[in-house]
Amino acid sequence: MMGDVACAEGAISAGCRFFAGYPITPATEIAERMAERMPQVGGTYIQMEDELASMIAVLGASWGGVKAMTATSGPGFSLMMENLGLGIMTETPCVLVNVQRGGPSTGLPTLVGQGDMMQARWGSHGHYEIIALAPSSPQELFNLTIRAFNLSEKYRTPVLVMTDAEVGHMTEKVVIPPPEELEIFPRRKPPVPPHEYLPYKADEDLVPSMANFGEGYHMHITGLTHDERGYPVIDAETQERLINRLIEKIRKNKDDIIQLEEDGLDDAEVVVCSYGISARTALWPVELARREGIKVGTLRLITVWPFPEERIRELARRVKAFVVPEINYGQIALEVERCAAGQAEVILVRHAGGDIHDPEKVLEAIRRAAR
Amino acid sequence: MNKAQIAVESANRRIGKYDRHPLDYLLREDRLPHIWCPGCGIGVALNCFLRALQKSGLDLDKVAVVSGIGCTGRIAGYVKLDSFHTTHGRAIPFATGLKLANPELKVVVFSGDGDLIAIGGNHLIHAARRNVDMTIICVNNFNYGMTGGQVGPTTPVGARTSTSPYGCFEHPFNLPYLAAASGAVYVARWTALHVRRLEKSILDALHKRGFSFVEVISPCPTLYGRWNKLRTGLDLMRYYHDKGVIKHGIDPKEADIELGGEIIEGVFVDIEKPTFLDFHSEALAKDVSGQ
Repeated sequence: MMGDVACAEGAISAGCRFFAGYPITPATEIAERMAERMPQVGGTYIQMEDELASMIAVLGASWGGVKAMTATSGPGFSLMMENLGLGIMTETPCVLVNVQRGGPSTGLPTLVGQGDMMQARWGSHGHYEIIALAPSSPQELFNLTIRAFNLSEKYRTPVLVMTDAEVGHMTEKVVIPPPEELEIFPRRKPPVPPHEYLPYKADEDLVPSMANFGEGYHMHITGLTHDERGYPVIDAETQERLINRLIEKIRKNKDDIIQLEEDGLDDAEVVVCSYGISARTALWPVELARREGIKVGTLRLITVWPFPEERIRELARRVKAFVVPEINYGQIALEVERCAAGQAEVILVRHAGGDIHDPEKVLEAIRRAAR
Repeated sequence: MNKAQIAVESANRRIGKYDRHPLDYLLREDRLPHIWCPGCGIGVALNCFLRALQKSGLDLDKVAVVSGIGCTGRIAGYVKLDSFHTTHGRAIPFATGLKLANPELKVVVFSGDGDLIAIGGNHLIHAARRNVDMTIICVNNFNYGMTGGQVGPTTPVGARTSTSPYGCFEHPFNLPYLAAASGAVYVARWTALHVRRLEKSILDALHKRGFSFVEVISPCPTLYGRWNKLRTGLDLMRYYHDKGVIKHGIDPKEADIELGGEIIEGVFVDIEKPTFLDFHSEALAKDVSGQ
């Protein structure tokens, strides 16, 4: 199954019943699959007039009580930033998939890139925390799309699946487990009747429960800074309270959100830290380096945001260097550098996009790191 | 009102009969007073909407109001219904997602001309084209009020605003013509003076299946009026009284608004055609089950 198709199937398995999108290479196959499948499972597919509309239609559907998703690539991702921010501010569960291509601008529509990783982190205005997952295979695209829905409901926030053209267009075996084997996190319904309900009164984990429109709760939801009632309050105190909670609800639950895949780190002197297709490309050079006797381990970021700061700090205290291959001119490498804080060298293996890394270049960087 | 009626009225006021407005139960009283200026027409439009809603017999648990950004966009914050205040211009696509996710809902988009026609213009024409079931109430005050009275896509040629100090150089949109051409099944325009007719049109729009569009020509004495020698709400209401012309059923192409000219009002379109959900749930379901 193709990665994009696996993504659509993952969404359906997670209970997604609304897809709004706009055609864009290399994410179009997700929309095509959803157009075919949504009516079969009692859901709705709608092709919107642009990505601004797609993103906010997804928010609308989520408030209508339906799990909802959209998928796009670079240029569309830029347009979606506006209403991604609204989703964060209004704490709307939903999933946004970015099948990354080469940029900036129209760039390389059909060819791979990983240049949107920082846009994923900071692309909408204002300060916030985001959850972003990075699959390395079609199977993982299936699995992580389900996880993205679960995290979005659990933490009431949009979740990004940051895949790329290689994984999206790759065809591999994908196992779709029967529904009873899947763990699905349901919407956090209000535990109180409408007259006692405050839409933004958080539970202990800093996440509020969520009523849907049409259930008699008569809520007001706004992108303006708001209090627990959801009413706009335009002052510094309310801003501090709200933004602090929006950020802390992710930061305090980091251990639950962050997933890493580690191999051979116990005695490693060099750590190859990567994600998505680049983590996969790095496997062969790591193998070659080991044959040369270099103690090299791998750290694959399955969750990219929030960033696994503690783990990088720990490793930095005892390894010589990190090698970070990514298909951009240094985005996640900057984060690794920040956390390594001078205790270990960070070697970026950069790539402007269009194809995957030459394994030789990654190997060369590992050798350099080991010296 | 004669003397006897006035006496009854004063007595009623004394005993507190009118302490509560009959529409209070539809408003978030804890959010009042509202932000609108004296003489503004948005309150009139809201009043007409709430009265229409009261008469409509709709289940209030199933009514959602969606607004964008701007003076009119604040309506979502005052109605005691499920209500959403979106980003600028995006009320209609939010409403589209909401309606399609829960077709039981009656979705009303209540916003201004800058929000719905300028930054949200593309969404408007596409939702009308799809005939998604929703009612749009567009308050047109010919300028951007919230930001201090700038020129917009409805500002008549020659009208002065803070960003057209030499007069507007652009042709404005004729909203009924735009909505009709895009596929709306119900299109009406009223001024904020013609409240009974406006209320009736909103009521009809609420009961209409498909994409209905009601334009409310509204005074903005604080900004647009002040720049164009119509300094008070009363001046603007007089203008609507003197220049408002009701022409039901005319081709909306003829309903252009010129500075100081006639304002043609009425119901211009009232037709039936399948909605997005009609096509979706009937035709598509058949196709899927038939395979």
